[in-house]
Amino acid sequence: MPRVLTGNRLETGDVLWWTGNDWSLHLNDAVALGDEAEALVARLTAAERINDLVLVDVDATDTGWRPRSTRERVRAVGPSVRPDFALPSLPVDAI
Amino acid sequence: MYKYDEYDQAIVDARVEEFRDQVQRRLNNEISEDAFKPLRLMNGLYLQLHAYMLRVAIPYGTLSARQMRMLAHIARRYDRGYAHFTTRQNLQYNWMKLEETPDLLADLASVEMHAFQTSGNCIRNISSDQFAGAAADEIADPRPYAELLRQWSTLHPEFSFLPRKFKIAVTGSDTDRAAIQLHDIGLQLIRNDAGEIGMKVLVGGGMGRTPLLAHVIRDYLPMADYLSYMEAILRVYNRHGRRDNIYKARIKILVNDLGPAEFAAQVEAEWAQMKPLGLDAPAAELARIVAQFAPPALDADAPADIDLSDAGFANWVAVNTHPHKVPGHAIVTISLKAPGEIPGDASADQMDLIADLAEQYAGDEIRVTHAQNLVLPHVRRADLFTLWQALVGAGLATANLDRASDIIACPGLDYCTLANARSIPIAQKLAVKLAPQEADLGELKIKISGCINACGHHHAGHIGILGVDRKGDENYQLLLGGSGAEDASLAKILGPGFDEDGIVVAVEKVVDCYKALRSDPAERLLDTYRRVGAAPFKEAVYG
Repeated sequence: MPRVLTGNRLETGDVLWWTGNDWSLHLNDAVALGDEAEALVARLTAAERINDLVLVDVDATDTGWRPRSTRERVRAVGPSVRPDFALPSLPVDAI
Repeated sequence: MYKYDEYDQAIVDARVEEFRDQVQRRLNNEISEDAFKPLRLMNGLYLQLHAYMLRVAIPYGTLSARQMRMLAHIARRYDRGYAHFTTRQNLQYNWMKLEETPDLLADLASVEMHAFQTSGNCIRNISSDQFAGAAADEIADPRPYAELLRQWSTLHPEFSFLPRKFKIAVTGSDTDRAAIQLHDIGLQLIRNDAGEIGMKVLVGGGMGRTPLLAHVIRDYLPMADYLSYMEAILRVYNRHGRRDNIYKARIKILVNDLGPAEFAAQVEAEWAQMKPLGLDAPAAELARIVAQFAPPALDADAPADIDLSDAGFANWVAVNTHPHKVPGHAIVTISLKAPGEIPGDASADQMDLIADLAEQYAGDEIRVTHAQNLVLPHVRRADLFTLWQALVGAGLATANLDRASDIIACPGLDYCTLANARSIPIAQKLAVKLAPQEADLGELKIKISGCINACGHHHAGHIGILGVDRKGDENYQLLLGGSGAEDASLAKILGPGFDEDGIVVAVEKVVDCYKALRSDPAERLLDTYRRVGAAPFKEAVYG
């Protein structure tokens, strides 16, 4: 199952997704990680700039990544009750 | 209202500058996140699902118009134009930036407010009756005693690292609007046979993973001694409360493990040693605080009769106002529960309007309720129509207080990192479904939590809903029979859980069952449940 890396930016708390060489606000910019994931998490944790780093199980769909857990879908999109704040990662009704 | 003295202000200002330095050191990577996290939590700053969340303390739920305007300003300047009023009479901002928080806290301090002790294992914001100082049924205004508790517990070095968080509520009325039986300590002002005001002391109530009702450990405590008695309770808890298991660390577990009588005996023994040490506030200091809560000058000859020919207005007066202790006046509850909206949310524009109305019509006071509504405590009945018209224009005149659409809901999985399921969408769907018949249903308190921590008070709901995680999917348990009022009881699970749509249908079946079973239209759903038991409701829901 594909895994992507997410965390929250220290300065702003923004939800971020790892793109392979940087961070993005959008889930669909994320890259699937293989065996290198744990070492990457350890390196980024030690850097102390992104909080709550976690690897998330996702499914590949026609419209991009879809996290398996409701929690991560909510993180990717924004509060389901405030569609006006939704990020374009997933449609709100996909939560 | 209480006004900060030089010591109050100095403490808050110093804390802002201390946190500013801590934030800067964290941003510079001079301290680790592990070291910084407890420091930001001590200042009310959490990291939630989407951003940082700041929980602002509103002592005993009382605000001035000036403070409300500052909260609206902060919503615009640092958040996304709104804020969320909580079930502990506090306020939360959901879209905070760490780098901006010190400036925000300085803004708060400029109006005698702060965010510390809204997290952590310390004594949290003291809550109280939202009608305090105005209620026709109270013995005395409980807020001066809550204020002294605030001062005593603020940065109290002995009680900053308790086994677990600690919540105190104070009320001055037999009608319990502060849920004192569901607090770590509940205090009720009472009179003794000599007519002197003292306190009844309850300990060991709470919701969460292990819901329990509090026990009375002292029927009458002289007011002059209550601080030292509180200190004795906290000392016994601090000494014997469990620190090896977070789920057994609250004082309710200790009280029930020891037994209320033994716990009370240990408190009395501790108190006997402490009382001579002079820890209680001097009478002059308590009198200074009491004087600051003097009610606004109200005209007892103000007319009580008002024109109720407008049906919408008459309904709002009947549902959302309460008797005031001064004739010709009323206590107004502003519902933040328009069906379909998010319970407890208010826009900055709405907050500004409420500040204006409080200044103009309500003695410059606003209260936050634990049911996530707002109160204007001192309104002339002759001003009610003008006030109502202003509220109608801002979408704030929903007449649903304590009715089916006046639903308590925690932020749930839409915002909260602890949650297992979303609460708000369930509240929105239920409110829309039930609002058309809520006048017929009478008092019906629905309370929804998104996890076992019970911020949505589901154990105290006539109908309670608890969101849980079932193999990665949101699932909702249905509970019946709870109350947080003077007739307190803990709701019980009815049966297996439901998905998001199923829980709405299940609640509708409960309501239909109640309508078929009630003995007369005045019998509440809670009363029917207590009279007939769970079986008919179980049959109606599960067949």
